[in-house]
Amino acid sequence: MRHIVSVLLENEAGALSRVAGLFSARGYNIESLTVAPTEDATLSRMTIVTSGSDEVLEQITKQLNKLVDVVKVVDLSEGEHIERELMLVKLRAVGKDREEMKRMADIFRGRIIDVTDKDYTVELTGTCAKLDAFLKAIDSSAILETVRTGASGIGRGDRVLKV
Amino acid sequence: MQLTGAEIVVRCLHEEGVEHVFGYPGGAVLFIYDELFKQDKVKHILVRHEQGALHAADGYARSTNKVGVALVTSGPGVTNAVTGIATAYTDSIPLVVITGQVPTYAIGEDAFQECDTVGITRPCVKHNFLVRNVEDIATTIKKAFYIASTGRPGPVVVDIPKDVTAAKTEFSYPATVSMRSYNPVIKGHPGQIKKAIQLLAAAKRPMIYTGGGVILGDASVELTQLVKSLGFPCTNTLMGLGGYPATDKQFVGMLGMHGTYEANLAMQNCDVLFAIGARFDDRVIGNPKHFFDPKRTIIHVDVDPSSISKRVKVDVPIVGNVRDVLKEFNRQLDAGKMHMDAPALKAWWAQIEEWRGRDCLKYDRTSAIIKPQFVVQKLYEITKGDAIITSDVGQHQMWAAQFYKFNKPRRWINSGGLGTMGFGLPAAVGAQMANPKSTVACVTGEASIQMCIQELSTCKQYKLPIKVLTLNNRYMGMVRQWQEFFHGNRYAESYMDALPDFVKLAESYGHVGMRIDKPADVEPALKEAFARKKDLVFMDFITDQTENVYPMVPGGKGLSEMILV
Repeated sequence: MRHIVSVLLENEAGALSRVAGLFSARGYNIESLTVAPTEDATLSRMTIVTSGSDEVLEQITKQLNKLVDVVKVVDLSEGEHIERELMLVKLRAVGKDREEMKRMADIFRGRIIDVTDKDYTVELTGTCAKLDAFLKAIDSSAILETVRTGASGIGRGDRVLKV
Repeated sequence: MQLTGAEIVVRCLHEEGVEHVFGYPGGAVLFIYDELFKQDKVKHILVRHEQGALHAADGYARSTNKVGVALVTSGPGVTNAVTGIATAYTDSIPLVVITGQVPTYAIGEDAFQECDTVGITRPCVKHNFLVRNVEDIATTIKKAFYIASTGRPGPVVVDIPKDVTAAKTEFSYPATVSMRSYNPVIKGHPGQIKKAIQLLAAAKRPMIYTGGGVILGDASVELTQLVKSLGFPCTNTLMGLGGYPATDKQFVGMLGMHGTYEANLAMQNCDVLFAIGARFDDRVIGNPKHFFDPKRTIIHVDVDPSSISKRVKVDVPIVGNVRDVLKEFNRQLDAGKMHMDAPALKAWWAQIEEWRGRDCLKYDRTSAIIKPQFVVQKLYEITKGDAIITSDVGQHQMWAAQFYKFNKPRRWINSGGLGTMGFGLPAAVGAQMANPKSTVACVTGEASIQMCIQELSTCKQYKLPIKVLTLNNRYMGMVRQWQEFFHGNRYAESYMDALPDFVKLAESYGHVGMRIDKPADVEPALKEAFARKKDLVFMDFITDQTENVYPMVPGGKGLSEMILV
């Protein structure tokens, strides 16, 4: 099962390698991993999308907590949460495709942020599933390039991950 | 007053009360060595290889309750130390390892003797640091000792670039340190403990299984009290030997791959399992699928939450320092009367005694060739069970674990988790340095001993009267045993031709060498060796080449699937 794990960790050199190293050393799966400093510059917030059985997820959270740089760990999937990912996708847009690509971007509430006479670059935000759906909806030969940030997640309402 | 980084390092060691540092000098640590030279509070033990420094610091830590300290240079100093760091990590041994690094301005430029120490050691340390500023040395070393020795202990590496050891700053050593990201749990949940006691009281076939956590947590007194008041059978893992007195009748021997018949069967057939400071290792329970029994209830006490329900699902987890938790168990047991199922327990003990009657550790005592078990048995008798025994890895390690009865903790020192050949002799160096009045013996094999034999020179320099017992069967015995059992007797590369003359070798290092090849000579030789209180005696016992370690649970099998003699 897919899980979104949020980690607050010390914003120190090497902290990312400790997390990445843990996942590879113990054979845990990483679908995506994003990290950036929080409003408190001494802390970084990491969102890891992973998958595994309940037992594996229990171990992942325990092992993460065991890392000395890690301050807090929450499996967001255990409760109500919001997930967003940003994707930039460059699409071939010539001839009749030009209208079609614009329409598709609109349907998915994407924005065209760069235009040439041959292509569009579309910015799209949403859950990972929505971004996948967009890519599926587009003729694959028209996709020139994609770049995705990986998911970020936050708990709903008063579910707050803070020190 | 301003001090250099190197002075600060040494002052920090003074502040931590460090008496011995095991190390080897080199370019990147020269300023630190210069400061060690100028003082006499910290004694530096010069080893012959950095792996030896780590194992010696490790043996020092295991035989005491102190943090072991090692000091090595950058690059190859560090890479040589990695095996020792990983050994300590796997067995949760508290070490602080100070490593030199090339100057900060040279880092990343492939400088001479540069390696990414923090990167290389990351997967085998509890934590590591690269100190980029002289102002950070004191706090970092304080944190290193704190992290190494609290919670589940482990090695911590502090990497210090050479220019940082030369730079100056004001020195003050923090009295305490707190880290928002590191707060080990100490006390176990009293409610969980109460629940555990209820389960134990209702048990019909209980079993107490304890590991290295009892030794590391200095909880053998509390454990002994608990086991006595419950009256249940108790087994120790390889790492846990000495946690419960081996000569007590409630002790059913070591369990696991080479555990006793009674311990393994009691483990497999119990209805309530009380695991304390142990981690259900593959060498202990074999395949978890075969171990699993839906009717069995498991209580697990461990300081490390990630050890709980890792290989085996646990019903009552109790996270906390083993000693504090066991104290609470004992307090609750003393406070209330426990109503046990006496007839069921009587039947259970009768069953265990029947298994014990199988005498699974029997061997041919009339053999004309020296049986390795016999050597260990005589060693036990002659040292009255009171020596510190270090070992290497292989058959001799298992025989030492099976035949030397450890009644006290911190007497049995071996690389249980990583299984590092070459560990025994340098570990004995550390143990003897820490316990100058104790008898220290290293039980080894002719293959293992050659992996760190250079430390015989260290022993000479510091006049360490260690007794080395080599059970010499001319094979990497455990490899040969697996090849006999599982690879059709094809002894691929497990036979050692061209062995050195160990007697002459020992003599060339300035020690006493003995070669013993008759069973009748074993006891007199041991007596003579142990009577030489000031000498290192290297005993080369020529043992039966075909002897195997029994019982044996083949890899991937269940505990009840033992090969017996």
